[in-house]
Order: sequence, then structure tokens, then C-alpha cells
Amino acid sequence: MLFGKGASEGIALGKVLIIKNDPLGIEKKRIEETEKEKNKFLEAVKISKDQLGKVRDKASKELGMDKAAIFEAHLMILEDPELMDGTINKIEAEKLNADYAFKQITDQFIEIFEAMENAYMRERAADIKDVSDRVLRNIRGEKIVDLSILEEDVILITNDLTPSDTATMDKEKVLGFLTNIGGNTSHTAIMARSLEIPAIVGLKDITERINSSDFIAFNGKTGEVVINPSHEEIEKYQSLKIAYEKERKALGHVKGKVSKTIDGREVELVGNIGTPKDLLGLKKNDAEGVGLYRTEFIYMNKETFPTEEEQFDAYKEVLESLNPKPVVIRTLDIGGDKKLPYLKIDEEMNPFLGYRAIRLCLNEKKIFETQLRALLRASVHGNLKIMFPMISSLEELLEVKQVLNEVKADLDKEGIAYADKIEVGMMIEVPSAAIISDILAKHVNFFSIGTNDLIQYTCAVDRMNEKIHHLYNPFHPGVLRLIKMVIDNGHKENIWVGMCGEMAGDPSMIPILLGMGLDEFSMSPSAILPARNLIRACKYEDMKKTAEAVLSMDTAEQIEDYMKNLEK
Amino acid sequence: MEKTTKIMNTSGLHARPASIFVKMATGFTSAINIEFNGKNVNAKSIMNLLSLGLKKDDEIKIIANGEDEVEAVEALVGLIHSKFSE
Repeated sequence: MLFGKGASEGIALGKVLIIKNDPLGIEKKRIEETEKEKNKFLEAVKISKDQLGKVRDKASKELGMDKAAIFEAHLMILEDPELMDGTINKIEAEKLNADYAFKQITDQFIEIFEAMENAYMRERAADIKDVSDRVLRNIRGEKIVDLSILEEDVILITNDLTPSDTATMDKEKVLGFLTNIGGNTSHTAIMARSLEIPAIVGLKDITERINSSDFIAFNGKTGEVVINPSHEEIEKYQSLKIAYEKERKALGHVKGKVSKTIDGREVELVGNIGTPKDLLGLKKNDAEGVGLYRTEFIYMNKETFPTEEEQFDAYKEVLESLNPKPVVIRTLDIGGDKKLPYLKIDEEMNPFLGYRAIRLCLNEKKIFETQLRALLRASVHGNLKIMFPMISSLEELLEVKQVLNEVKADLDKEGIAYADKIEVGMMIEVPSAAIISDILAKHVNFFSIGTNDLIQYTCAVDRMNEKIHHLYNPFHPGVLRLIKMVIDNGHKENIWVGMCGEMAGDPSMIPILLGMGLDEFSMSPSAILPARNLIRACKYEDMKKTAEAVLSMDTAEQIEDYMKNLEK
Repeated sequence: MEKTTKIMNTSGLHARPASIFVKMATGFTSAINIEFNGKNVNAKSIMNLLSLGLKKDDEIKIIANGEDEVEAVEALVGLIHSKFSE
């Protein structure tokens, strides 16, 4: 079995189609018949334009105008005078072969775009490369694998999918994607989710491990891939697939509906996101806002700290697009397992117990103040709530609020506007904070329980350590008691309490949390509709009893069994 | 003919507004260039235009040379002022 990052939920079983776009290996040659070479180039451009025109038409029909716009941009690249004239000049003046000349010109542009400050512009380099590869293959008369005409149902195996691959492919025949590279926010992952095709990315060398005659089964949620599964495995995956499809079908009905129990208890189902790109998933899954905007991604994959302006843009885009829905933005949570190439943190014995998140921000105030400025400035564009991670004491919370007030005072002096009422809250992920949540609740507008860390700190289990993974258990009575305590303490001070860890989207956990009185559930967007469906089938009064029953049990095992029986 | 103007739409000259700009520029016979930050590029080239990374409030100079230079500059400045109907 292979493991990658589950990028788009669903189960797929089928034959494979391996697309290996072998490197082009372009050599520099001297050409005497430059006129003929020039025509070869122009012909290849013409073929490329025809192909792209078809891709665009198909995309605009099936994916909508905004998705087709990218191919419109590709077509424009092919009409770019600098590119066309530049290549022709090179062919004529330097007597170069067409492919070499064209590649030299496009490489120059790719280099310029890759060096740009703005992440959006850097990504345009991939578009130029996509167009360039198409023209180069056409110059060389290579067959471009046309995914729009597939003879049978297949699972696509490739290094990575390009935008034109995803747009042209015959969606009826593509059962799923498996790629070597990519993360959860890569193009392939986003497209797969938007097309609702199961996908796993980041499988490293899957194109090398699989033969064209192999049969494959995979689970796009867990990231598991089985090559040439046994009879039993095939049966298992088939029943998973049937169950999954049945479930999805039922979910369409809850779009646009409120997340309310049969007896009228209404809660908020919101999404966890990392970048403005995730807006698509939020809308598709009818999220009621954002419960956790992880700002780390704005800081990652960069050479230097993002500027105030860059951050402002990334916050504003999300706030504006979702306004008036609430957007909880968490300040920088770096350190632990997340590092920045340009910020040196000394090696630590226990990074999860070390210099991270708010501890780092309070020590390197400049970084913190820049982020708070950007957040406050963006606040006028929507319904912002600011959340601080890893608070472990009241002193820390008060210090953080002090910094926020100082930044507000600076903005006042400069005459820069920010929203009047911005809710300020904190994550509850350190046991000491959970235990004194009665005190902390007096100083914030909300709590959001971060279960991934709360569990690892409460049970003293490193969640990255596979040997002790079984000890990391959300059903641990100690964890559940802490959660209940935090919710009660929050409610005593009339503040709302949410949860933004994996637990909040877990169907076997939702009834307990609902019964405990949790107000807001923040999860990966694709979990929202299933959660709403579940909540709408629950009775709050019954779930209160369930929560009570569970809280009186002795072991995680008893609680898990109890919840499993309840599901039936 | 030349004119200085400021980018007004909030998201700057990213792909969509840039392509609208290039399409309009291509419609004129005059040679049209854009000067920004010491760089001078062909306004009919989408890649050149994007590579300037123009943001809101950036000041650019539009320079046209040819028969329809006056109309060209007026039209392009007007387009920028319209904020590309963002």
C-alpha cells in the first residue's frame, strides 16, 4: 500500500493511464533553411492555438467562464508580439532551430515571473510553461495525449496535472488522479475537489512504481493506494465507494439549509482554510464562514517575510468575498513542525513545547505588529474576528491584547480606518488554558478549541510519533472532560465556543460536541455538508443525554463503542 | 503622445485586466509602450505587461507613436480610469 495526501474525497477503482511527459531534451542546432524553420514554428503555433481554442470552449461549457479565462490567457500568450517576433528574430538572425529559439524566449519570461514578489504572479510562470510545452511538442510533431478522447475508464497517474489537462479531460472516463507532486492547495488538488473527482497528490514516485497493466484502488480521503488489490480488497473498496456515493447524493439537499437540530438548536458550520484559493471549496460546500484561517501559508514558500500589503491583500480577499459571514483569522502559528526558511529558530529538544506561535510573536514584536496592522486594515472589508494561538496564561493573553491596542492606537494616529467592533478570541489548545478557561473567558469574545494540539498536550502524545499513535485518542475521557469544561466556562461568561481541530468534522464526535453545547464547528470544507446533514437529523435534547452518558464513562474504548452503536 | 496615470483597480493589473488592456492596445496601429519604474515595455505584449507587476496606485506612463496615437492614449487611460469594471 502507498500513502499520499488525500486531496479530493471519494473512492476509485480501475485501470491506469500513466502520462509521462518525458523531458523534451532540446538541443541547439544551426539551421540553414531559416524560412522553412520559421514556417515550422508558425504552423506549430497555429496547431497549438486550435487545440487551446477547443480546450477553452470545452472548459467554458463545462467549468464556467471564469475557469475558461485561464485558456483565454494562454491563447493571448501565443499572440504576444514579444514572444512571436522574438522567436522569429532568433530563427532568422541566429539561424537557430525553432524549438531552441522559442524555448530561450519563453524561459526568459518564466524566469522573470518566477522571481516576482506577488505569489499570484509567480504562479503565472506555470501558465507560460504550460503553453510553451504545448508549442514545443507541436514543433517536434509529438503526439499530445488528448485526455478528451479516452477509450475506457481510467485512473490518471502523472507527475502533476496542468490546467489544460484538467480542462480537456473526459470527466466521465476519468475515475481519479494520482500525482507525484503537489499539496492540498496545488492546482490538481483544487481542480479535483471542484470536479469532485477523487485524488491523491504527493505520492512522490507513483509514475515509476506503477505499470500500465496494473489495476488500482484508492481512497481520496485517507490517501491510501492499493496496487493490484486482492478480491477482498476490491470488495472492501467497492462497498466504500457505494456508501460514499449514496452519502454525497443525499447531501445536495442540505445546501442552503440552516444547521439546526430537529428541536431547533442552531449551530454554525464553518471552514478551515489556508489561502484565498480555498474560497472555492467554501462556497461549493456552503460554508457559513471561516472558523480558522491559518495564516502560516502566507509566510511559507517565500524568501522573506510577507509585507503588510501582501498580507492585507490575502485577508481582504477572503473577508470581502464572504462578507457578511464571519471569518476567524488566526495570527501566525509558526514553530513546532512548521518552519520558515528565512526565520532561524534554534534546534529544540521539544519543538512542540518550545518557541512557537504566540510565544514567538510576543518576542519578535515587529512580525506580530505587521500582521496585526494588516488584519486591522482588512477588517473594514468584512466580518473579521482575530484569534490568538497557543495562549497558556492570562498574562500572555493580556500582553497580546495590549499589543493589539498599541497597533490600533498607531492606526488612529495615522488616520487609518479599521472596523469598530472586532471580536478577539483565543485558541484553547494548551491544557493550562483549558483549566483556567473560566478566568480567560472574561477577557475574550470567543474560544476556539484546537483539538489536534489539545489532545497531544493533554495525553502527552507526540502526534507525529507512529509508535505511540494509538495513544492519541480524541475519545479519551480526559480530553472530553476538558472540552466540556471549556464550553461551560465560555457560556458562563456569555461568549461563544467553537472548535477548529479535526474532531469538529468527525461524524462520530459531532453528536457529543453538539450535546455539550458547542456553538461553532470549523472543519475542512468538504466535511461541512455531511456534518449539516447529521446535525439536522439529531435532537439536541437527546444529544445532551448522549454527552452526559459519554462523560460518565471510564475509557475511550467504551465511548467509541457507545458512539458506534448510536450511529446504527 | 504620452500621458501619466495611476492604476486604480484594487487588485492591480493581474491577468484579467491586463488581457483587456492588451486587447485594446492591439486594436491600434500605433506603437504603444508603458514606462514604469525605469522599465519601458511593449503594451501589446501580455507577458511584458504582467511582468511589470502593476499594483493599485502605481504610476505609469503610456506612450504611443503613430497615426492613431491620440485616440490610443485616451482610450487606454480611460480604460484604467474605469477600473476595468471590477
